[in-house]
Amino acid sequence: MAVGVKVVNRPGSLAQQAYLPAIAEGLGVTFRHFVKNFFGNVTGNRKKTDIATMEYPEEKMKYPERNRGLHRLMLRDDGQVRCVACMMCPTVCPAHCITIVPEEAPDGRIEKRPMIFEIDELRCVVCGLCVEACPCDAIRMDTLDHAKPTYRRVDAILDKEELMSRGIQSTAVQGGVGAFWRERVGGQPQTPPAGAVVPAGAPHGPTPLRDHGHK
Amino acid sequence: MEYGSLAFQALAATIKIVFMILGFLMPLASILTWMERRESAMMQDRLGPNRANIGPFKLWGITHFMADAVKFLFKEDFVPPKAHKFLFMWAPIMAMAPALIVAAIIPFGPPLCWNELLEKNPVCGQPINLQIAQLDVGLLFYFAISSLAVYGATLAGWASHNKWAMMGGLRATSQMMSYEVTMGMAVLGSFLVYGTLEPGAIVAQQTHIFSLGHYHSSWGIFLQPAGFVLFLTAAIAETKRTPFDIPEGEPEIIGYFVEYSGLRFGMFFLGEFLEIVVSSAIMITLFFGGYHWGNTIDNALLSHLPNFVFVLAMFGLWTVKVFAFCGFQLMIRWSLPRFRSDQLMRLGWQRLLPISIANVVATALVVLWAQQ
Repeated sequence: MAVGVKVVNRPGSLAQQAYLPAIAEGLGVTFRHFVKNFFGNVTGNRKKTDIATMEYPEEKMKYPERNRGLHRLMLRDDGQVRCVACMMCPTVCPAHCITIVPEEAPDGRIEKRPMIFEIDELRCVVCGLCVEACPCDAIRMDTLDHAKPTYRRVDAILDKEELMSRGIQSTAVQGGVGAFWRERVGGQPQTPPAGAVVPAGAPHGPTPLRDHGHK
Repeated sequence: MEYGSLAFQALAATIKIVFMILGFLMPLASILTWMERRESAMMQDRLGPNRANIGPFKLWGITHFMADAVKFLFKEDFVPPKAHKFLFMWAPIMAMAPALIVAAIIPFGPPLCWNELLEKNPVCGQPINLQIAQLDVGLLFYFAISSLAVYGATLAGWASHNKWAMMGGLRATSQMMSYEVTMGMAVLGSFLVYGTLEPGAIVAQQTHIFSLGHYHSSWGIFLQPAGFVLFLTAAIAETKRTPFDIPEGEPEIIGYFVEYSGLRFGMFFLGEFLEIVVSSAIMITLFFGGYHWGNTIDNALLSHLPNFVFVLAMFGLWTVKVFAFCGFQLMIRWSLPRFRSDQLMRLGWQRLLPISIANVVATALVVLWAQQ
């Protein structure tokens, strides 16, 4: 033999050499699993089985609570969008997937609000920096859902209504501590001008599709 | 038509052949293709294929074998340019046909009493044996034909013009040749105990499951336990499945059917499962009393049911036995790791063959002692 091979003789016991006890043991293990899973499955009681399979379209795995998923826009107490169009999120977004066009809010207490707020979910890298950057808890990614597949690329661009449809009232205090402080020092809280209609959902019509090419 | 005439016998044989192939072997082998996947899944804490359906009928995914057949039909039937066209075409048939032919000697039910179909406890003056061919050489015929299956593997390996296929064919040859010997020796023990090679006669003797008073009519497993283990091992080796899947050897060579696709591959695939069914049926015949379920159950059914219902019931019970044994073979396949080629040869020639010879000698001595 060209290569030096040291043959180590390790004879097993007779039971090991006969294979049969080990085979019986192995068959016992697989048979136990089979019986447990088979009868649990036949009786429809999946809880009693060890089956780990998820039948995907019917049952879905629940994402962990801190999962970053599909975006949503949070709402004020009166149902308006919380976003004040400060442009933090489009600035920090590494994928340039957020487009905001601000407008003046009819509500006198608020300076700005987004006229257009669009997120291109195809371009989003789900990094969560927009959520980090947002100063007023307006954008979140905690829907425990992911972007839905679409047939057309444009359908993956979510507009403001779509994003707000998943939104809820935020528990954060709007305007920070400043409002409290002003009230405590006797300042007059601003009231909306008489006759001003505060729209609950859509302040304008359907969002026009815009050019999302590189800027 | 008169009982016993040539036309009667020919008609009966034709009906038996058609029933055996279309009513038993093919459906069971097809279902096994699905069952193997489901059973292995259950053993491994998975669900397995359960999606195929016909409209709203899912049937736990049993219809997967139909989907498989449709897929095989529509796949490209590729023949390698340098392959030997005729042998390449012939090999799948050679692999599948022996399993079907061997099924001819398997008794699948008690004799049907032709003129007493509705009688209970018939005298059975005109029996129709539920066995396609009643051959006195019985088990020798089994060996002769089942060893032909090696031609399928060898021809496929040779005709494919592929080194891996060639290797697979050679391995299949050496493996099947080696284990054929052990198998023959294991059956020799049963031959000594029952004094006949005719499967129908062997089954007819195994009327009791186990009784000391009628030890010569007990099931083979109790009279030949070593013979059963040897035969089982050799039979699994003959089907070329894990732990003896050296000829296929997915990790290193794909095996003798590496160049096959479409329906031709499907024939190899189905042939493998047919071999499982047939070898299970042979083992039931030799070691588990064929269609018998013990004296008590047999006699109770015989005296309470009209003859043709009795025969149907016994056939059903026999099917249950074969099905369970097929399941057992699948379980072995999914529980044990595979042997290496040299381990396989050592096991065959240095372990199983001496043990089987010792078994024959010991059985012969015991039979001699019992006769005196």
